[in-house]
Amino acid sequence: MDQFFNISVIADNFTYFMIGRFPNGPLGGLGLTLYLASVSCVLSFFGGLILGLLSISRFRAVRYPAVAFINLVRGMPLLMVIFWMYFLLPALFGKVAESQTVIMALTLFTSAYMSRIVVAGIEGIPKGQTEAAISTGLKPWQAMLYIVLPQGLRNMIPSFVNQFVSLIKDTSLAFIVGVSELTHVGTQINNRTMAYPTEIFVFIALIYFIVCYAFTSLSRWLEQRLAWRKAI
Amino acid sequence: MITFQGVHKWFKSLHVLNDINLHVTSGEVLVVCGPSGSGKSTLIRTINQLEPIDKGTLTVDGMDLLDKKTDINKLRAEVGFVFQQFNLYPHLSVLNNIILAPTKIRKTAKRDAEEQAMALLERVGLAEKRNAYPSQLSGGQQQRVAIARALAMKPRIMLFDEPTSALDPEMIGEVLAVMKDLAVSGMTMVVVTHEMGFAREVAHRVAFMDAGTVLEEATPDEFFSRPKHERAQQFLRQLLTPMHCECP
Repeated sequence: MDQFFNISVIADNFTYFMIGRFPNGPLGGLGLTLYLASVSCVLSFFGGLILGLLSISRFRAVRYPAVAFINLVRGMPLLMVIFWMYFLLPALFGKVAESQTVIMALTLFTSAYMSRIVVAGIEGIPKGQTEAAISTGLKPWQAMLYIVLPQGLRNMIPSFVNQFVSLIKDTSLAFIVGVSELTHVGTQINNRTMAYPTEIFVFIALIYFIVCYAFTSLSRWLEQRLAWRKAI
Repeated sequence: MITFQGVHKWFKSLHVLNDINLHVTSGEVLVVCGPSGSGKSTLIRTINQLEPIDKGTLTVDGMDLLDKKTDINKLRAEVGFVFQQFNLYPHLSVLNNIILAPTKIRKTAKRDAEEQAMALLERVGLAEKRNAYPSQLSGGQQQRVAIARALAMKPRIMLFDEPTSALDPEMIGEVLAVMKDLAVSGMTMVVVTHEMGFAREVAHRVAFMDAGTVLEEATPDEFFSRPKHERAQQFLRQLLTPMHCECP
């Protein structure tokens, strides 16, 4: 039994897997993974929304830089962005916690992708909606705010959740700059115990799967709840 | 009220409006008809700048549309527009469809706006549908709500772009009745339509368009009994006597 699949290495380190040394030390493990993912998710939702709107603005002075930024980030590996932030932010602002640089990197990276989802969602709303709104005297930004976005955002939900699930998995790259999220905690325990890599990494894979699957199911449930009566 | 002087518009190389000269006085109902692709939709959409013009002068309610200082949003608030596809907001109830612009643009208090909206719904015969969503309404009902929505801004001019073309035949009458009621009340109206019965009965003038130009302008009586232009005669013949009639 011991040779085949040793559960005790998981059981012994279970709290460490889940929350690191918290509350006696900093948050780690799955707790930190979820923290990184949710903070980056909220930030990149707004980042993506703003970038998306800027990238379809009528004014070139805002559109061009936004599009350039989106293309630049999308053409770069996430690991590169994490390194950039890890070395750049402390150089600019002095001491910055590693987890903060990772949140920044994840936010920038995911915002660029979210912005494309936002643009697609906006462009999926028939042009007649905007025309109807501005023909009653609403200004273009009001038409966007009251008519296009409320409809577009609902259509974007599945893609947003998709992106969020990617984001959860992407937090594992924080391991490279020594942030003790789930994957990092796993390697630590593996290095300490030496003998149980299979057990440890199967367990970690399972946790990622459960968390991601839960969010995918949540999105399906949300879609059904929000499916409102479509016109025409 | 509305004056076109030598108006031109191009879509790429396509000359969609070619030297348009038209004048609509206050309280007048002008019906624009013509074969599809003749530019009548583009013409009516230039009046509230959904399509900008390329050349000429266009004055609407005293505002010069080519003047950079003209506030287009303000102009649009004074001009109601009814679309072929209704374009109601699917995520808002009938009442909220109507009160959105008055509360946001005119800063009308919500309670007052709702009261006015109810009066308008009464007028188009849909008071009991105030809490329904657009998709729960028939096409004719949706179009009547769209008319109420346009009227909620108390416009001085109403534009109709083929308002009955997307409707089932049995619903056309209810929409035309609302429009007729509006015309009788003295509203300045420009109507693009194929409903020749409506044109004959309600219009003060009919403009016939073909290939981007206004070929003929006449009173309905003149236009329907003695169309001058050969193209107009041909158009009316086709419209009034369908060529393929297979009776059972």
